[in-house]
Amino acid sequence: MKDFRRIALFTLVIGVIPFCTQSGVMLNFVMTALYACLLSQAWNVLGGFGGQFSFGHALFFGTGAYVQAIAQMQWGLSPWVALPLAMAFAAGVGAFVGAASFRYGLKGSYFALVTLAFAEVFRILATSVPFTGAGVGLMLPLKESAANMQFANRAGFIWLMLGLVTLALCITAWLRHSRFGAYLQAVRDNEDAARAIGVNPFSVKLIATVLSGGLMGAGGAFYVQVFQYIDPGIAFGSHTSVEALVGAIVGGLGTLWGPLLGAISLHILADLTRNLFGQLPGINMVIYGVVLIVIVMFLPRGMAGLGTITPLQWLRGSKRSDGDKS
Amino acid sequence: MLDLNILFPSVLNGITTGAVYALIALGLTLIYGVLHIINFAHGAALMVALYGVYMLKEKLGIDPYMALPIMVPAMFVLGYALQRGVINRASHGKDENILLVTLGVSIVLENLALLFFKSDTRSIETAYTLTTVEIGPAFIALPKLVSFAGALVVSVVMLLIVQKTDLGRAIRAVSKEKQGARLMGIDVDHVYAMCFGLGLASLGAAACFLMPAYYVNPQVGNGFVLVAFTIVVLGGMGSFAGALLGGLLIGVVESLGGLILGESLGQVGIFVIFIAVLMLRPQGFFGAKA
Amino acid sequence: MNTLLQIEGVGKSFGGLKAVQNVSLSVTEGRLSALIGPNGAGKTTLFALMSGFLTPDTGRVVFAGQDITGQAPHLNARMGLTRTFQIVQPFAAQTVRENIAVGAHLHLPRRAQALGFAESVAQQVGLSPQLDKLASDLTVAGRKRLELARALATRPRLLLLDEVLAGLNPQEIAEMIPVVQGIAQSGVTVLMIEHVMQAVMTLAQEVWVLAQGQLIAQGSPAEVTNNKAVVEAYLGHGTAERLQKNAARATAAAQEAQT
Repeated sequence: MKDFRRIALFTLVIGVIPFCTQSGVMLNFVMTALYACLLSQAWNVLGGFGGQFSFGHALFFGTGAYVQAIAQMQWGLSPWVALPLAMAFAAGVGAFVGAASFRYGLKGSYFALVTLAFAEVFRILATSVPFTGAGVGLMLPLKESAANMQFANRAGFIWLMLGLVTLALCITAWLRHSRFGAYLQAVRDNEDAARAIGVNPFSVKLIATVLSGGLMGAGGAFYVQVFQYIDPGIAFGSHTSVEALVGAIVGGLGTLWGPLLGAISLHILADLTRNLFGQLPGINMVIYGVVLIVIVMFLPRGMAGLGTITPLQWLRGSKRSDGDKS
Repeated sequence: MLDLNILFPSVLNGITTGAVYALIALGLTLIYGVLHIINFAHGAALMVALYGVYMLKEKLGIDPYMALPIMVPAMFVLGYALQRGVINRASHGKDENILLVTLGVSIVLENLALLFFKSDTRSIETAYTLTTVEIGPAFIALPKLVSFAGALVVSVVMLLIVQKTDLGRAIRAVSKEKQGARLMGIDVDHVYAMCFGLGLASLGAAACFLMPAYYVNPQVGNGFVLVAFTIVVLGGMGSFAGALLGGLLIGVVESLGGLILGESLGQVGIFVIFIAVLMLRPQGFFGAKA
Repeated sequence: MNTLLQIEGVGKSFGGLKAVQNVSLSVTEGRLSALIGPNGAGKTTLFALMSGFLTPDTGRVVFAGQDITGQAPHLNARMGLTRTFQIVQPFAAQTVRENIAVGAHLHLPRRAQALGFAESVAQQVGLSPQLDKLASDLTVAGRKRLELARALATRPRLLLLDEVLAGLNPQEIAEMIPVVQGIAQSGVTVLMIEHVMQAVMTLAQEVWVLAQGQLIAQGSPAEVTNNKAVVEAYLGHGTAERLQKNAARATAAAQEAQT
């Protein structure tokens, strides 16, 4: 399969970067860019392939982050055990929210609002209950070793994140070449038509939410490992939801490489403005917002729609961007 | 368990807060009722209006209530321009796009505020900020009573505009049958923008009533946006009376929730109501198919 | 002859409107039957009740000996009962091949197999040249064929066709009729809603007539078109003769088109 070969190549190329450079700035950039890619690709699974726009993906991110921290600090588990656990919990929250929303036929704007409301409920709960450290948050003790998933240099984090991004890419490629993926896109494009030919929209959307939530949870867990701190605002605040969503939309919904393209471009843009204007609070997000509006206005198919030439191919951009033709 | 002497002031307090919520929700329900879109930037627009009132007071010494004739038209113009210049253009007629564009607008506004005003929370002081009025066993801040009256007045004005004016007739026509209205020679884009303008104008009024007893920071709109959506959903999309009643109800729920569960957890009640209403009103609203 | 689909005393109201009232009919396996009636008679509602998109207020629906009243559409599709939509519902962002493959996935789990099977179905409905076009780029006639192909790809036992000829010009209708005929001859039981009487006369072995939510006649096409009640229901008083003339003209035209 072409897609999987390309993914392997991508993983290989990014994987050798730490051997080629010692530049902390460069490695840090690669790590944070990969992290942004994971968030966008996670959002893309549900938003791009499933057509369900979540405004509250921080819900899964925060769940993953807190589970990662709590599993180590309170349950005494290894971070390597905590990571799959964090993903499972986030996926579980996805199952709950998905089941509740789709059972009652929530679509479009209402799904967006409900996910946002759930994230908000979790944020308030996290501020109020003791085991999350309430408003103070949780600080992961510094114990630098690979066994503790606290690497001495960025290379370890890059490889870890690269593994997660590769997983997300493989899931996306699978969506493009499997019955489940075909069903998911069918439900996105026309739910009634899909039902008439044997697709169960409820279970299809539910599974997509679980996958998307699990990947987003991995992002949260990774955050905790790198920054060793989490609080309700970081975990469940709208910033992460927006970052995931904008990256995917800017890059191209429902594509394999679009979300990566979008996330990396935004990341570069954010870095450039930081260099130009210094550390002005809010400037990054202003740019995210403007780019989001501009893309929706002029490039409804995202950057993935740019590569092609004729208007017809432009239309096809979202599906054919990487030249793979089944 | 709960003394009436505590309960009564709490309910009264909730009603006055709820009136402000209602005022914010009125604009949102007008925009939804006609345009059938979710204006995600509503909270951010309120934040802009609050900064407007703040600046007028701090820089020019204009009393918040005296700022009404400035803020209402200013917000109207902002709303009109935003709908006509950005949202309408960018949406290509798709609901998802409107959602994304209004999200984009709210991100931009919020962070521009962060850029200019930093994240500090600011409030203003007026002669009447601390004045209270005694009602039975309760003391209610005068600004809250004023905003309660203001909410009633604004909802009546909105109702009159929609029911009695030519613009109102056009608005109702467009909300029922867009294509038909277009064929009848109604400038649909203009009506949309007028609606958006009116929706934001009511936020201008809300900000004037809110500011003497409240505060402003770049994130202040976030707290209101979900509350306002809850009210709109609860009261029925596009219904002014529903928004007013829903607002009062949510105000009381929040106040009592805070009394029973504590300040921070009290807000959960609102979101739980929101989620429950969205789910339990079968097939409602947006998801409904012909 | 076996009964494949049977509905008994089925009724459905929307608010005060009784869209379908106490309708009973049975579709015989292997036959091509038609459901006709004036606009607003409740035909599409009846289809929705049969296929599970709506749950009847009264009565029951039995398919292949099993009570499927109120069963979800996707489960009915898995049992072999599939419908098409009067207003075509393509997966617009996908190609014709991908559209049809979604239907084929019902019995073919592997992607490659489903995409391959889509080709043979496309050939059956005359869509082969358009296989790699986006569904949104098709003409009305193309979309109608796609609607048919996607349902057909599920390998249904019973196909409910909701006005596959509506919106087509006479030439396109003449091209589509043999396609439907071919499907029926391949062993699929077909129940079609149709306004184009020419097609009903040519295709249907049995006709049911629905008016104002009630079944008013049943029989062969010739019997039904000569039925006074049917003519009155369709066209009001005093138009029986005119219809006969029209029908004669239509059959003549159809024969002409086929030769």
